[in-house]
Amino acid sequence: MSQNEVDRSKRRFLIAATTAVGGVAAVATVIPFVASMLPSQRAKAGGAPVEVDISKIEPGMILNVEWRGKPVWIVNRTKDMLDLLSKHDDRLVDPKSEVMQQPEYAKNATRSIKPEFLVAVGVCTHLGCSPTFRKEVGPADLGADWPGGFFCPCHGSKFDLAARVFQGVPAPTNLVIPPHKYLSDSRILIGDDSKGA
Amino acid sequence: MNSLTSLLGWVDERFPLTKLWKEHLSEYYAPKNFNFWYFFGSLALLALVIQIVSGIFLAMNYKPDAGLAFYSVEYIMRDVEWGWLIRYIHSTGASMFFAVIYLHMFRGLIYGSYRKPRELVWIFGMLIYLALMAESFMGYLLPWGQLSYWGAQVIVNLFSAIPFIGPDLSLWIRGDYVISDATLNRFFAFHVVAVPLVLIGLVVAHIIALHEVGSNNPDGIEIKKHKDPKTGLPLDGIPFHPYYTVKDIVGVIVFLMVFSAILFFKPDMGGYFLEYANFVPADTMQTPQHIGALWYFNPFYAILRATPPMFGSPLPGVIAMGAAVMVFFFLPWLDRGAVKSIRYRGTIYKVAVGLFVISFISLGILGAQVPNPLYTILSQIFGVIYFAFFLLMPWYTKIDKCKPVPERVTG
Amino acid sequence: MKKILFLVSLLASTMAFASSDLHLDKAPTNLSDQQSLQRGAKTFVNYCLSCHSAQAMRYNRLQDIGLTEQQIKDNLIFTDAKVGDTMTNSMSKKDAKVWFGASPPDLSVIARFRGVDWLYTYLRGFYRDETRPTGWNNVAFDKVGMPHVLNELQGEQVLHVEKHGEHETQKLVLAKPGKMTPVEYDGMVADLVNYLDYMGEPAKTKRMTLGIYVLLFLAIFFVPAYYLKKEYWKDIH
Repeated sequence: MSQNEVDRSKRRFLIAATTAVGGVAAVATVIPFVASMLPSQRAKAGGAPVEVDISKIEPGMILNVEWRGKPVWIVNRTKDMLDLLSKHDDRLVDPKSEVMQQPEYAKNATRSIKPEFLVAVGVCTHLGCSPTFRKEVGPADLGADWPGGFFCPCHGSKFDLAARVFQGVPAPTNLVIPPHKYLSDSRILIGDDSKGA
Repeated sequence: MNSLTSLLGWVDERFPLTKLWKEHLSEYYAPKNFNFWYFFGSLALLALVIQIVSGIFLAMNYKPDAGLAFYSVEYIMRDVEWGWLIRYIHSTGASMFFAVIYLHMFRGLIYGSYRKPRELVWIFGMLIYLALMAESFMGYLLPWGQLSYWGAQVIVNLFSAIPFIGPDLSLWIRGDYVISDATLNRFFAFHVVAVPLVLIGLVVAHIIALHEVGSNNPDGIEIKKHKDPKTGLPLDGIPFHPYYTVKDIVGVIVFLMVFSAILFFKPDMGGYFLEYANFVPADTMQTPQHIGALWYFNPFYAILRATPPMFGSPLPGVIAMGAAVMVFFFLPWLDRGAVKSIRYRGTIYKVAVGLFVISFISLGILGAQVPNPLYTILSQIFGVIYFAFFLLMPWYTKIDKCKPVPERVTG
Repeated sequence: MKKILFLVSLLASTMAFASSDLHLDKAPTNLSDQQSLQRGAKTFVNYCLSCHSAQAMRYNRLQDIGLTEQQIKDNLIFTDAKVGDTMTNSMSKKDAKVWFGASPPDLSVIARFRGVDWLYTYLRGFYRDETRPTGWNNVAFDKVGMPHVLNELQGEQVLHVEKHGEHETQKLVLAKPGKMTPVEYDGMVADLVNYLDYMGEPAKTKRMTLGIYVLLFLAIFFVPAYYLKKEYWKDIH
């Protein structure tokens, strides 16, 4: 076919150059398609931080709010409730909250920023049911040593009023404390703990 | 023997990978004289891939529900990351697909690519075109804008003109007394699953048939007639890979430049690719002032409108429109010319093709206009030329004085 | 080929008459003018959003036009909507139908349907017409259902019809001035229309910027591909 010698190195170079630029084109094309599967603006708006007015929660009462489709509890713990928290460390799996189920600022005895207000994600760490709030001390069904807390109806997991898990139940870890911060004394923001703004 | 070659060997013992590669690319001998018109086959394949990929990602966020469809498209345009790009790829791609297909068909027409032994290649191609029309028509309902809705209403009602079964047929197509949620949902199913499957099957058949008989070329002569006595390979043939693959890459880049220019700077193409009135949600109680067809259907739409009704029935128009499409199927048997390519045809054929192109484009322009008596008469004139091109073909191709065809392909 | 072009152009020229005879004023809009878009957004939420909705548009998307989330919350949200919500309103469609004869359309993509010139003409084209239930009519939209919401700003116009033989010209005359001068009012409407244009396709500016890069990239891609083709095709001929 050809009279002249085929310049192999020139061909190799041109193939490499075309393949390289074409490869960049292919990757650049893939990016928008992959990115389109990330959460959309609607999903992000649905998962946006939730602002809650906590001034209306009476002492000893709980408020349920939804954040990212999950129940979040805010409990206004009374002095009595707080006093009881330190009395059953020997029966807990992780009394000192060593497992990072909470932000650094909630790794304390009450697992909260302000002692009285517990903010916790109400999803059992066992299989994802939502435990019920059982604040009464020593009820008949939970035994005389029940200090008040949360009881999961699905498989009987028990948590105290700092959302710490008791020994001998299926749930492996304490409940999750979501990132949150105080906007003022009466308002908190769940889902955002960034400083400033 | 390195590991890649041994892996290939392992596969080849179980699946004819190397054989397929050779048969369809590296040892598929194509005429060496392909010109500009021969880009559009591979570009059509690219357009199909673009539509399928962008369509899959649109289907992830689109809602085929009369109450949600319109704003789910706007949701894609705004809330989905890069959704606007994917949607514009699909909407621009639809129009570009038709543009490419029309140029591809025109190539087949002027070089006689439909003639013996390529009749089946042509018929598979025409079936692809029909499937594409169905795909486009049903896809156009999905944004659920005013033109989506009323366009579908008008087209489905055309089926009512068919005697006896018509009214029941259109009711069955809609699944309701008007275009409704039921229609939208079934059109979605056809658009995203059924028709694409058919399309892919037909494209495979089109290519297999082509590679069985070999490609035609601008000279309209068979390269298989002159083979190298030693190797048995056609003297005027070159392997598709690498020669036409490297050439088609250049074509693809130019195509993508045109595609991107439209997509990024004029995605609505002045109302032809995305019509302005379709930015109003479907309103079942109010017809828009002017219902047009999509630009690529306009020639047939003009024929429909220009055909006078008979006894108050639009049936003649429906038949004329259907015939205008179906007549292409018969090209292989209508053409009695002594040669295939326009290069060696006589004056009569060239004039006939010229008139056909003029009437096709003019009908396209007329189909986009608000009808008035002058336009109707013009449409009728061009419509008659359109049909005359096909129906008189057996006669004028026979009497046409052809030039002698060279033995070997020219430059 | 020349013949074809001639015929096509002939056809095109005869068809140019088909459009309607309403004269539209050219809207002086500019999507890259963020100040104008911000003023338009403010007018939009103040005057339009009480009856119309823009259900595809999220408030926090306004960060596109140079606002912070806090600014949006403080200056542009008058309902209990959150910053990530879309611009809905509380007026029920049924009430609206009773009050105006038609429910006010959603304005998310109104600019893509009407075009900026029509909107610019329309919003400046209200005039007094006591035969209408609202007391208002419009040069761009005859028998319009919407009252002149910006009346206090523009003032009241009346329509003067002048006859020149067979010819008839319509002219809007300001009968009672409003809070704004005509120049100020036109400027405000231009900002509003600019905003509506932005809202019709928020990604438009980004699209065009990206387009330049894509075309440049393809131009670069063309070079090695072209020489690759040339190199291989040396074998042929």
